[in-house]
Amino acid sequence: MKRRTLLASAAMGLALAAAPAFAQDKPKIGFVYVGPVNDGGWSQHHHESAMKMKEHFGDQIELIEQESVPEGADAERVLTQMALSGADLIFTTSFGYMDPTINVAAKFPDVKFEHATGYKTADNVSAYSARFYEGRAVTGYLAGAMTKSNKIGYIGSFPIPEVIRGINSSFLHAKKANPDVEMSVVWLSTWFDPAKEADATQALLDQGVDVVLAHTDSTAPLSVLEKAGGYGFGQAADMYDYAPEPRLSSIIDDWAPYYIDRVQAIVDGTWESHNVWQGIGDGMVGIGEITGPVPEDVKATAEQMKADIAAGDYHPFTGPINKQDGSAWLAEGEVAEDGVLAGMDFYVEGLTGEIPN
Amino acid sequence: MIRLEKRPQPSRLWTIVTPLLAVVLTMVVGGIMFALLGKPPLEAIRTIFWDPLFHPQFAGYSRPQLLVKAGPLILIAIGLSIGFKAGIWNIGAEGQYIMGAVCGAAVGLAFYPSESVLLFPLMVVAGALGGWAWAMIPAVLKTRFGTNEILVSLMLVYVAENILASASAGWLRSPEGMGFPGSRNFKQWPAVFNDELVANTGMHWGVVAAFIAVIGAYALMARHIQGFNIRLTGEAPRAARFSGVSPVRIVFLCLGISGALAGMAGLFEVTGPAGQITIDFNSGYGFTAIIVAFLGRLHPVGILLAGLLMALTYIGGELAQLMLGLPGASIQLFQGMLLFFLLATDVFTNYRIRFAKGELA
Repeated sequence: MKRRTLLASAAMGLALAAAPAFAQDKPKIGFVYVGPVNDGGWSQHHHESAMKMKEHFGDQIELIEQESVPEGADAERVLTQMALSGADLIFTTSFGYMDPTINVAAKFPDVKFEHATGYKTADNVSAYSARFYEGRAVTGYLAGAMTKSNKIGYIGSFPIPEVIRGINSSFLHAKKANPDVEMSVVWLSTWFDPAKEADATQALLDQGVDVVLAHTDSTAPLSVLEKAGGYGFGQAADMYDYAPEPRLSSIIDDWAPYYIDRVQAIVDGTWESHNVWQGIGDGMVGIGEITGPVPEDVKATAEQMKADIAAGDYHPFTGPINKQDGSAWLAEGEVAEDGVLAGMDFYVEGLTGEIPN
Repeated sequence: MIRLEKRPQPSRLWTIVTPLLAVVLTMVVGGIMFALLGKPPLEAIRTIFWDPLFHPQFAGYSRPQLLVKAGPLILIAIGLSIGFKAGIWNIGAEGQYIMGAVCGAAVGLAFYPSESVLLFPLMVVAGALGGWAWAMIPAVLKTRFGTNEILVSLMLVYVAENILASASAGWLRSPEGMGFPGSRNFKQWPAVFNDELVANTGMHWGVVAAFIAVIGAYALMARHIQGFNIRLTGEAPRAARFSGVSPVRIVFLCLGISGALAGMAGLFEVTGPAGQITIDFNSGYGFTAIIVAFLGRLHPVGILLAGLLMALTYIGGELAQLMLGLPGASIQLFQGMLLFFLLATDVFTNYRIRFAKGELA
C-alpha cells in the first residue's frame, strides 16, 4: 500500500515534470557532485568533463549541476528533486550515491541515471568506472625504475578494492623495473586533505622512501617532494605545475568522452543501461607526459606498456602472481577476471603490512 | 557618539523580534549577494523560502522532506540546549551521533536477519547508549581531571569518524557488497527499516522522537527541579553550589542527555533516511544542531522552529542550485549569514543604543 502511494505520487510528479521538458524538447542533463566543483580533485574533474560535454553540445542540451551533496539521505532528496525538475539523464559521480541512485531510479522509470564507480545497475541505471589500475601500472613502473633507495611509498585513502588494485598494480610493475623494490603504504582515511597528505609524504621520506605515489587528490605530496627532494606523480589531474621535477608523470581522469557519448545517446534516443569499465584504450584514463630525469630506455618501456595496455595486448594483472600469503592467485599467463578485480581485498606477494579494516 | 548601555533586564520585545529581524536582514544581504553573482535576487529568495513549501512541482515532495531533514537537527539541538543552559559546552554531538548510529546498527546487524519486533526498540536503546557512552568520556574527564569538555568532545568527533570508517570498510561491511565499503542496507530489511509511519508525510520514528524531546525538554526546564538546577548552574554557578546543586551531577546529566539524544538521532537516521553505515554517513548534523540550538534561543519551541527553518534553507538552497545555478558555497554563506545576523542583533536584547553627545577629554 505504502509503496503504491509512493509510486503514484512519484508518477504524478513525473507527469508534472515531464510537461515542460517536452515543451522545450531539449534534453536536460543533471550532474551531482560529492565535493565542491573547485576541490582540485575528483569533483572538479567530473565538473570539467561536464563542461566539456556542454561545450560539445552547446544549446542542444541544458545542464544542471549540484555540488557538495552528502551521500545518503541528502543525495536521495537531491536526486528526486532533479528528477522532478524534468532531468532526462542524471550522472551521480560518487561511489556513495549508489543506493540512493538505485532507489530514486525505481521511482522515476523514465529518467535515466549513470552512476560512477559502483556495481549496481537497473533498466534505467548504468554504472561506469575507470580502470585506473592500468595507469597505475605505468606510474608504478616509473617509480620502481627511478628509486635509488629501493624504497617507494604509497599514500592510500580508504582500503577499498579500487585503492587496493592501484597499490597491487603499482607494486607489481615497480618490481618489473626493480626486483629489489620495497613499498610502504600509508592509509589516510580521506580522499582529500592537503595537511594529512603532506604529513604522510614527509613520514615516508623520513623512512628512506624517495618516490611517492598517491591515491589522494591534492597536490600536497608533490609540494613536499619539491622542497624535500624525491619524485612523485600527478593524481587525477596532470599537475604539470610540478613538472619536470618532482612530477615524473601523472594519471589523469578524463570523463568527457564518456559523457559526450552518453548524452549523444539521449539526444538520439538510443540510451540503454550498461555497466562499463573503461581504461587507457577508451580515453577515460590518461597518462601525463613523462618528464624529469627519466632515462630514455625507461621512458620508452613505459610508453610501450601504455600502448600495449591501450591496444589490449597487455593486462596489468597477468600471472604468475601470488597473493601476499604466498598462495597462488594467477597461473603463468592467466589474466585476472573483472569480478575478482572489482572486489579485490588482498595484497599481492611481496607487499608488507596488512590491509586495515 | 553611539554608546551601548546594558539593560537592567533582557528586553522581551527584542527577544522575539531579533530572530525575525535576522531572517529579514539575511534575505536583504543574501539578495544583494545573489544579485552580485548575476542571479535574480527575488527569485532566489523565493526559491529558497517559498518554493519548498508551495511550488506546484516540488512542494508535494519537499514538504515532508522538511521534517526528515529537521528531525535529527531538532533532536540533537534539544539535547545540546540543556547543556548550554548550564554552561556545559558539548561541541561533539557529531561524534555522539556517529557512535549512536554505529552501536545501534551493530546490535541490529548482529541479529541479521531476525524479524523480531523487539529488534528495532533494542537498536534504539543501543543507539542512545552509544551516544551516551561517547559523551561520558568528556564528562568523566571534566569532573575527574578538570579537562575542557569543548576540546575533548570536539576531538572525539575525529575519533568517532575513524571508528565509522573502520566499521564501514571492515567489521560492519555488507558480506554481499563485493568488498565495497558500507553495511547492509536497512531499507531492505523490513523489521528494522525506520520507514515513514504514514506515507508521504516524512514522519518517521526520529521525527516523532524529536517532537517528544521538545515536549520533554519544555517540561524539564519549566517544571522540574532538575531543570531549575540546570538553569541556576548556568546563570549563577556559585549560588547553585551553595544551594546544594552538585556540579558534577549536572555535568553528567547534561552531557548524558545530549549524548543519548544525539545517539538516537544517529540510529534513526541510519535505519531510516540514510539506510546504511557508510564512510561518509555523518553529514554535519551534529555541528548544524549547534546553530539550531542558538537560533532557537535554547528554548524548546524556538529550537523546533529553528530546525524547520534550517531545513528549509537546506532544501530551498538545493532547489536554488538546481533551478538557478547558484553555487553551493553561496548557499552555505547564506546559512552562515543567518547565524551571524542573529548573534549581531542579539546585542539589542541585552543592550540599548544611546545617542549621547561626545564627552570631551
